[in-house]
Amino acid sequence: MEKSRQQWSNPLQFLLACISCAVSLGNVWRFPYLCQMYGGGSFLVPYVIMLLLEGMPLMYLELAVGQHMRQGSIGAWRTISPYLGGVGIASMVVTFFVSMYYNVINAWGFWYLFHSFQDPLPWSVCPLNANHTGYEEECEKASSTQYFWYRKTLNISPSIQENGAMQWEPALCLILAWLMVYLCILRGTESTGKVFYFTASLPSCVLLIYLVWGLMLHGAINGLLYLFTPKIEQLVNPKAWINAATQVFFSLGLGFGSLIAFASYNDPANNCQKHAIIVSLINGSTSIFASIVTFAIYGFKATFNYENCLSRVILLLTNSFDLEDGSLTASNLEQVKNYLASTYPSKYSQVFPHMKNCSLESELDTAVQGTGLAFIVYTEAIKNMDMSQLWSVLFFFMLLMLGIGSMLGNATAIITPLTDSQVISRHLPKEVISGLVCFINCAVGLVFTMEAGSYWFDIFNDYSATLSVLLIALVETIAVCYVYGLRRFESDLQAATGFALNWYWKAMWACVTPLLIVGLFLFYLSDYILTGTLQYQAWDATQGQLVSKDYPPHALAIIGLLVASSTMCIPLGALGTLVMHRFKRGDQSQGSLTFTQLLPRSG
Amino acid sequence: MLWLLFFLVNAIQAELCQPDAENAFKVRLSIRTALGDKAYVWDTNEEYLFKAMVAFSMRKVPKREKTEISHVLLCNVTQRVSFWFVVTDPSKNHTLPAVEVQSAIRMNRNRINNAFFLDDHTLEFLKIPSTLAPPTDPPVPIWIIVFGVVFCIVIVATTLLVLSGIRQRRRKNKGPSEVDDTEDKCENTITIENGIPCDPLDTKGGHINDVFLTEDERLTPL
Repeated sequence: MEKSRQQWSNPLQFLLACISCAVSLGNVWRFPYLCQMYGGGSFLVPYVIMLLLEGMPLMYLELAVGQHMRQGSIGAWRTISPYLGGVGIASMVVTFFVSMYYNVINAWGFWYLFHSFQDPLPWSVCPLNANHTGYEEECEKASSTQYFWYRKTLNISPSIQENGAMQWEPALCLILAWLMVYLCILRGTESTGKVFYFTASLPSCVLLIYLVWGLMLHGAINGLLYLFTPKIEQLVNPKAWINAATQVFFSLGLGFGSLIAFASYNDPANNCQKHAIIVSLINGSTSIFASIVTFAIYGFKATFNYENCLSRVILLLTNSFDLEDGSLTASNLEQVKNYLASTYPSKYSQVFPHMKNCSLESELDTAVQGTGLAFIVYTEAIKNMDMSQLWSVLFFFMLLMLGIGSMLGNATAIITPLTDSQVISRHLPKEVISGLVCFINCAVGLVFTMEAGSYWFDIFNDYSATLSVLLIALVETIAVCYVYGLRRFESDLQAATGFALNWYWKAMWACVTPLLIVGLFLFYLSDYILTGTLQYQAWDATQGQLVSKDYPPHALAIIGLLVASSTMCIPLGALGTLVMHRFKRGDQSQGSLTFTQLLPRSG
Repeated sequence: MLWLLFFLVNAIQAELCQPDAENAFKVRLSIRTALGDKAYVWDTNEEYLFKAMVAFSMRKVPKREKTEISHVLLCNVTQRVSFWFVVTDPSKNHTLPAVEVQSAIRMNRNRINNAFFLDDHTLEFLKIPSTLAPPTDPPVPIWIIVFGVVFCIVIVATTLLVLSGIRQRRRKNKGPSEVDDTEDKCENTITIENGIPCDPLDTKGGHINDVFLTEDERLTPL
């Protein structure tokens, strides 16, 4: 009889855990970017279609597998077929890579949160230069928020080759972030379950507050109009559909093993179909909600910058032509410019090159995603608001909740297979296993706090999970449908939960979803091959902006290693099991031949 | 004769105070930007006040204590409001060196600003850079204080949880060793049907009905 497995205190905790894992930073800083790039409101069409075709079926599949097998990713796939233990290992390796770099975002979140208690906000003013006659040169060329991010937070080096020293401030924040993760997963689902109440609900509360406040900001309406004017022509752009599929995939956290781990702590009779649909819908609606808030703030920031630009032009003209102070306003600017051009043509042509062309559209067009959105664009908008400390604290608190929720999902995905394995859990208690995992991750994560750490972060962010997870999900679907048998899985589920499997799920699992994933996989492979050398964005302190550089060979080698180490686990796992079976069969070949023939081969 | 002198003086003064003259400085005021509706009109009285402030600043410089308001010359006042000024020596033939004027203005910048209800941005002395106020640095950076508080809370909470976990495990290890035999049998044979555990009859205080179990009748008689 198996030892009773830890369970969620109530089904709501499981639901909130899945929501915490799914609703993460990607909803806040990638979805709005995609909306902006691929036609605003019309991006929702490919997104919803991909959610129905790919997101919900895969989510239901993972939850059902985890709940039915009642084990973490390695054990669950080994139960389906002994040759598929490698899928679980690949999941674990990918999640391990992700948790190494993901907590660094939480460390940066802590850094900004702690600095938000300062008045004025440290990223709102440039520091003075050595002799106090002006501002720091790098800060003048870039903006104060970019300077604070690139110089004060990251202390970034000019290229990936120059590693630099470890920065002790982000390192301290990283240690704190890992301690917090350890505190939450220490006791297993008993403690983690309670944390999910907060990480699932608080971000939505903060987003709601931001929505209400954001809509009242001056100029927010410009951003919202920009978001909601659909550009129908983007619907025929294949990149829009591919990005929608990718976003659905990574946003729901499929293929990482965390969903399987969560579902394994469920009561076997739980109706996970309902949960899969609810979580997918909540994830989608949070993305849309976050986009509305982001665009309201974009609108505010763009309007603020546009009006600043106009003021600077007005000041320039007033000073150059000694016009009366206050006579030139935004409304009569054009008329006066024409008058001056005709009356003083020579002087006007001298002044003209210095006059910037102010345009609200171009301000709104600057599309940013990822860490740049959260730590540069949002902070720039916040510094101009009233009571900026309060808004800053709220924003980074929300970011931390989202980040820690995802980290808990990642950590659970790694630790569940380890605690399931008899070999390890016999010698070490759960607390020690969790502690070791956190310690190793933290030690490796200190690499990202070095001066070139942000470039390595980008490498891990872009390459550690993308291809591998697609492959894992593909193998998962094929394994359940064709290796284990769709009918057998269906009858298992019906026996356990009492609900029959709808034809929709069967159709999706059997043909649509695998084909979609194969398509995505082929697209990414061809994209990687066609682009040739891979490039990255490096910060140039002398110019105060990002420049493109090529990756050096050792970085390319590491990228290859990242992708290979997780994808190779699948065939290697199958090979290993084959070898072990041959070995065992060789030993038993003398005596009980009939016995081994009678022994049912699972899978 | 007097008229001639007057014209001569004016001519010399006009020569001394000119845009881009030696030791001349340009001043720019943005009164409406600073004060909005409460903006005052720039007239000759305001100019007089300005001359007074400059003279006051120069008097603070060693060896220039005898500077009078009449030694400060203003010219080219525009609508903007902007003008040029120079400070002459008591003989009114030469202008004072720019370096002295610059340091005098810089030292008294605050008082000059306040006299006109303006600040460094709205009362600009071109070519005289203003000393920017250094940012106030608290002795201990605030972020370290907040970090320390959060760090201590997390460490304390973690230690408490780990210790309570160890204590629980020790209690669990002591407990089962006493009632190991009977409990073991019980645990192994608990079956669950419809969520209700069915207790096996022979160990859980069930009563064996002796009516149906007599030694005599084990073998049915022929």
